[in-house]
Amino acid sequence: MPKTLFDRIWESHVVREDPGEPALLYIDLHLIHEVTSPQAFDGLRLAGRRVRRPDLSVATMDHNVPTDDGPVSDPLARAQLDALRANCAEFGIPLYETGSGREGIVHVIGPELGLTQPGLTIVCGDSHTSTHGAFGALAFGIGTTEVEHVLATQCLPRPRPKTMRILFSGELPFGVTPKDVILGTIGRIGVGGAVGHVLEYAGDAIRGFSMEGRMTVCNMSIEGGARAGMVAPDDTTFAYLESRPGSPKGLAWEHALDRWRTLRSDDDAVFDRELEIDVGELEPQVTWGTNPGMVAPIGGTVPDPSDYDDPDERAAIERALDYMGLEPGTPLRDVRIDRVFIGSCTNARVEDLREAAAVVAGRRVSPNVRAMVVPGSATVKRQAEEEGLDRVFEQAGFEWRRAGCSMCLGMNPDILAPGERCASTSNRNFEGRQGRGGRTHLVGPAMAAAAAVAGHFVDVRESVGAHP
Amino acid sequence: MKAFRSLTARAAVLDRPNVDTDQIVPKQFLKRIERTGYGQFLFYDWRQDPDFELNRQGCDGARILLAGPNFGCGSSREHAAWALQDYGFDVVVAPSFGDIFFTNAVQIGLVPVTLPARELKPLMDSALEGGELTVDLEAQTITDPASRVVPFEIDAFVRHSLLNGLDPIARTLRCEAEIAAFEARSPSPVNTTSL
Repeated sequence: MPKTLFDRIWESHVVREDPGEPALLYIDLHLIHEVTSPQAFDGLRLAGRRVRRPDLSVATMDHNVPTDDGPVSDPLARAQLDALRANCAEFGIPLYETGSGREGIVHVIGPELGLTQPGLTIVCGDSHTSTHGAFGALAFGIGTTEVEHVLATQCLPRPRPKTMRILFSGELPFGVTPKDVILGTIGRIGVGGAVGHVLEYAGDAIRGFSMEGRMTVCNMSIEGGARAGMVAPDDTTFAYLESRPGSPKGLAWEHALDRWRTLRSDDDAVFDRELEIDVGELEPQVTWGTNPGMVAPIGGTVPDPSDYDDPDERAAIERALDYMGLEPGTPLRDVRIDRVFIGSCTNARVEDLREAAAVVAGRRVSPNVRAMVVPGSATVKRQAEEEGLDRVFEQAGFEWRRAGCSMCLGMNPDILAPGERCASTSNRNFEGRQGRGGRTHLVGPAMAAAAAVAGHFVDVRESVGAHP
Repeated sequence: MKAFRSLTARAAVLDRPNVDTDQIVPKQFLKRIERTGYGQFLFYDWRQDPDFELNRQGCDGARILLAGPNFGCGSSREHAAWALQDYGFDVVVAPSFGDIFFTNAVQIGLVPVTLPARELKPLMDSALEGGELTVDLEAQTITDPASRVVPFEIDAFVRHSLLNGLDPIARTLRCEAEIAAFEARSPSPVNTTSL
């Protein structure tokens, strides 16, 4: 019976399976942060339960932390960070707290520490856990009760999801990035398009992406409604993992490689759904609405609700345009911005920062724009500084900040004021996501950088000079 | 968790697609470390608008929420399910749900009922006229004020868990021998304590 990559990982993690019941799945790695864990630890204490495998758990501080050099001034945020510190100490869970040198966004540090490995099952109380699927792991977000479940048992009961392969065919045009590929994909399937499914991304385009690019794509799987997204591991994956602190060493590395090379879908494997997307037809993407599926190519315009026959769809677009303060038919290039945010678990790895720095080098941020770069982790920050990227950004007028989730979700002091419009490399343009009344347009790092310089959206391919 | 069999109550209607968990509970309320008291934050930003659906007359005391497709998409915050339950909802009916929200709801005994839009729309009309609906999980039916009975599908194990208010963690803990055997046979290659 031919198998998919998903089948292989799923079947090798089933602890117990009874007819008519969800499978009990073993979890290899549990990532923890301050926001979705305090009630889970309280639950353990109330029930008198222990953490079964602290050695398969790791915590960091990311959502709440301020990204300037100051202390945590918000008392609620401080209490939540203190709770994480106390809980990790009580239950023996390693914690990379602010200032440890290894802190950062949970989905950035897992891979960079070499903890995220092919074939693992990985969970975290955060929907963007799908990021780790880039390594050929089965990784998905869970809620707080399930965080408690994993802490107590290292297992989760799960009904078997369906599978869907997205084949990226064609050749990626100049200036089109992984962010554009995933935004274009979500634009096509919609934000509920993959509900109930685990995605496998395949095709030459994804093979050609770096691990950073694959993480960007898998990160936003949840924005298409998917349970998880994954890419079969290959030499790009292995090269990224070699010599990371948590990667296998010596003979164990050789054995791991042998095992990892078997992690792929058979040529004749059957998926519940298949979709092919010709990436050769994609342009750089900009969202115009209040969910990631409301997206258009940079050469496009803000849609006109009256072009839509379905009354529900029309009403949703009208609502979105009202919130976003946009007129139908406006060319996206004419949309002026107030803020630029380069960061988040989607686009704050060193490669993303290099991509943005290449666009802003020797130029200045528009005088009407406040722009910031927030590295995804302390390690990314150090590496970028070694490469001089911080100087490039600061000389252009960007703020260079400390690692954290920052403006992606506005749980810390980095937020938009009501009505402010932001070009953001994050993953969600929901109403109020970056601050109440704030207007978010999702783009890739180069597009965000080009918009910062121009003061409005521009086609980055023209901005940097296109070479076919 | 709370067990659920059947409920007759007024229903509120929020007929919008893709209502994300950022709207259900905005992020500024996720800094609390408690599990209770989130009802006051439910749809916090939207409720500032006097015309918002839940501010309409007749929504007071509603314990059933009739919603649009892909309800609860986005962030994994269980606070969204907590807030709905704390506000007074016991049941959410929608054509589809975000996967993580659906799982979170089941964990706490907030009953998520999936019903195709063509069957849900007439129920929304009845609810807007002020009639009470009866959701019977045992019979897998929703009955409108005109005694029209609409059957719904629900996963048998989810239904069993909700009907009996099962504690999923206690259930897994009873599999200790199998978990230990699995760990002996297929140990995770990760060790977070030796980095």
